Amino acid sequence: MDLSIVIENLPLYLQGLWLTVQLVVMALFFGMLLAIPIALLRTSKNPLVYGIPWAYIYFFRGTPLLVQLFMIYHGLGQFEVVQKSFLWPFLKEAYWCALLAFALNTAAYTAEILRGAIEQTAFGEVEAARACGMSRALMFRRIILPSAFRRALPAYGNEVIFMLHGSAIASVVTLVDLLGAGRIVNSRHFAPYESYLTAGLFYLGLTFLIVWGFKMWERRWHAHLRPRET
Amino acid sequence: MRKLIATLFVLALALAGGQADAKEWKKIRIGVEGAYPPFSSIKPDGTLEGFDIDIAWALCKQMGAECDLVSQDWDGMIPALLARKYDAIIASMSITPERKEKVAFTRKYYNTPAKFARRKGSGIEITAAGLKGKTVAVQRATTHDNFITAEFGDTVKIKRYATQDEAYLDAAAGRIDVLLADSMAMLDGFLNTDTGKDFEFVGPGYSDPKYFGEGAGIAIRKNNADLVEQFNAAIDAIRADGTYKKINDKYFDFDVYGEPTS
Repeated sequence: MDLSIVIENLPLYLQGLWLTVQLVVMALFFGMLLAIPIALLRTSKNPLVYGIPWAYIYFFRGTPLLVQLFMIYHGLGQFEVVQKSFLWPFLKEAYWCALLAFALNTAAYTAEILRGAIEQTAFGEVEAARACGMSRALMFRRIILPSAFRRALPAYGNEVIFMLHGSAIASVVTLVDLLGAGRIVNSRHFAPYESYLTAGLFYLGLTFLIVWGFKMWERRWHAHLRPRET
Repeated sequence: MRKLIATLFVLALALAGGQADAKEWKKIRIGVEGAYPPFSSIKPDGTLEGFDIDIAWALCKQMGAECDLVSQDWDGMIPALLARKYDAIIASMSITPERKEKVAFTRKYYNTPAKFARRKGSGIEITAAGLKGKTVAVQRATTHDNFITAEFGDTVKIKRYATQDEAYLDAAAGRIDVLLADSMAMLDGFLNTDTGKDFEFVGPGYSDPKYFGEGAGIAIRKNNADLVEQFNAAIDAIRADGTYKKINDKYFDFDVYGEPTS
């Protein structure tokens, strides 16, 4: 173990940490924005409505994240049409390609988590809402979605951790995220153990924060399930 | 019967032990890369080809050794050598002081300068001002990476790739303004191919030993000084008997060996 390698390259790791945090937070945000409508459409009984969301979820859960990133980064860049289009300034950058792949991927998983939670809504609650004369939209907004989000929380916590770890593949498209920093340090000092262990420790730290954050969140949202404090 | 088995066992031990101590290596595993044309690349049928590969086989033949070529990602090249996954690296690896801290090198077996290439019509000049804000592609952990990081690191955006081929692909896709790589690798692997048709060389050839070392050598673990000597002798022999020239002429129209070493 040569700690001086780690200390000397700490700024690089911190830079990588910042990029990883950015990518994961933004991917989760946009992924959630996408996931809610997809989950709602997916719970429909009409094949015309649930068909496309079903295919979307199936595709993004059915292929590795790395393949999706390669298709967006290398695949789209191959076509002249894409290179000439207004999207190219974004798709040219590895950053946006990675963000796009991550957001689309996490949207599929999140939508599936939400779908499960929505379908588990106690039917009594739905009946009560209908009896009160709520419209469908109001019922989703006031009754179904809030309780579905509560039920989805533990599973979503897992998805956030998976997204964090999945984001490590950003380093294969030249981005210097946490793992990217580790790879540069390894290649400069030929010390794979020190360089990857350091990156791993940063991931551990982030995971700890996520786990702790979700614990707090669950305390709030699942307060009604906790035994009363005496 | 039991005696026979015992005899065979002792014999096997003796042979195994004998091999480890032997002055002359008869079985050598060689680490190569495979994404660095024309020095090494993987043919559609999965076999390796290129200058490095031909040199490796020629040296093995010269030494009368049985060789096994192992392809390995560039990033892990030296760690894998140290981890004994193979005994020597023949992968266009420049002999640099940083690498010498970890491994031993033979004499160089070729030396070609590094060069920049720019997008045709971009008019980019290789100066601090000309490169300001431009995206420069290099292969990670190469002499080219060290050079650009040290000399232009403050002004350019450096994109580091795991293989040279990936840098070419991204250049063709329009993500890169300038590439820095070995001149011969870039000429045959990129500029003379369809992928590289929009790029051209610019600026002088760089071979400052401070960054680019003394040329490409064969890397060997430090405790195998005997193998270094064996390879050195073999390099001299294939230089002398014309084998080197034959391989050289298959890929290049001038002698890539560069200045003779003293």
